[in-house]
Amino acid sequence: MDWEALWLTARLATIVSGILLVVSVPLAHWIVFSRRRWTFLVESIVSLPLVLPPTVLGFYLLMAMGTRSPLGRLWIDWTGHPLAFTFEGLVVASLFYSLPFAVQPIATAFSQIDPTLREASATLGAAPLRTFFRVVLPLSIEGVIAGAVLSFAHTVGEFGVVLMVGGNLPGVTRTVSIAIYDHVQALQYREATVTALFMLAFAFAVLLAVYGLRRRPLAAAPLA
Amino acid sequence: MRWNSLRGALLVCLLPALLLGEAPRRLTIAAASDLQTVLPDIVRAFERTAPARVSVSYGSSGNFFAQIQNGAPFDVFLSADVEYPRQLADAGLADPSTLQLYATGHLVVWARRESKIDLSRGLAALTDARIRRVAIANPKYAPYGRAAVAALRDARLYDAVQPKLVMGESLAQTAQLVESGNADVGVLSRSLVLGPTLMAEGTYADVRASYPAIDQAGVVVKASREPALAQAFIAFLRRADTGTQLERFGFARPSR
Repeated sequence: MDWEALWLTARLATIVSGILLVVSVPLAHWIVFSRRRWTFLVESIVSLPLVLPPTVLGFYLLMAMGTRSPLGRLWIDWTGHPLAFTFEGLVVASLFYSLPFAVQPIATAFSQIDPTLREASATLGAAPLRTFFRVVLPLSIEGVIAGAVLSFAHTVGEFGVVLMVGGNLPGVTRTVSIAIYDHVQALQYREATVTALFMLAFAFAVLLAVYGLRRRPLAAAPLA
Repeated sequence: MRWNSLRGALLVCLLPALLLGEAPRRLTIAAASDLQTVLPDIVRAFERTAPARVSVSYGSSGNFFAQIQNGAPFDVFLSADVEYPRQLADAGLADPSTLQLYATGHLVVWARRESKIDLSRGLAALTDARIRRVAIANPKYAPYGRAAVAALRDARLYDAVQPKLVMGESLAQTAQLVESGNADVGVLSRSLVLGPTLMAEGTYADVRASYPAIDQAGVVVKASREPALAQAFIAFLRRADTGTQLERFGFARPSR
């Protein structure tokens, strides 16, 4: 079992899903409740990684991080090293890669809230922020959890992008998926089997949790 | 009714033509990625001599070795070493009588032109403090990666350079990590850096430290449906004009 790769992947996925949670809740809120006509534009951009091949994302990221891009040079001047081949680089890549998996379940949960509840809260004099924390969030907490879990799991499963911008550094950028690929390439099928089996169990547990949550009848949801 | 029988008759007449027609035979080659600059020309030359359509996949030799072990439908395997083809032959997955050296490769260090790193010192240049990332092919499954590590050890630079190493999944990806400006220097094959893109964008120097000769061999895969054609292709690699072509891209003629 690749404990180093496993620990690295767990850290990566925790940080990424944490940041995504903070970013995605306001973003989903804006997409669902804003009256602006171009919310669909933002929604489309957010969902791009769902449809794009990871190689497209990996290619653009590699180009953006290298010395040929102004952004890449700025980062190098700033920190003294390129963003590729670093843990931070993987975090940045994963944020793009997993964004839709956090935003979409949260947005879906928000859009299913009965609008009269929000209106009632506003009529009763609650400020928008108070309405959000007392009405919207409690009603959509399952969607928020699903967003966190799915973005965590999706980051764990990331492969193509990491292969392209990671550089396969043990303890820094060699995630579980890369470690499995390495083992298979080197014909170490026994090692690959153990880690792959663990990943299979993990993925199944995550999906059990997500779908288990969804099956709960709405009436039983905590109305805090 | 009449139309149906007419159609049937037509089909019966056409069928032999479809089956026996002069459709070009297909040859699929798995080639080490250090060949990707020179092989397209060789393939075109081969296609002029034989009624074949050749398609080539490039990747790391170790990757193809694993794929062929698992039944990948390649006719010819052109490795960047001798070991992988020999092991396939030993395992009965390749025809041992077709195992043939076709070239010997060489290591170089390559950097982008604007990096201003003095490569003339060869591997010793890698200790330059301005160099933060050195890309090599993954030694686990890329022969050029293994050669790079051996050369670094021979030059007693491995411990100094090791913290800077990043690994590409194949030699081609390694080149691209440097070409895109993410790594400062790459230890690559001379054949790759003599290709138009890398020639235009960077400079290179030969690695003078000693490393085991990168003898490259090809073999016909046992499961090939075109063994004769595959054998012809490997023989084509040993022709004098093909040898000249390989030399133009920095290979030496096979030692045996």
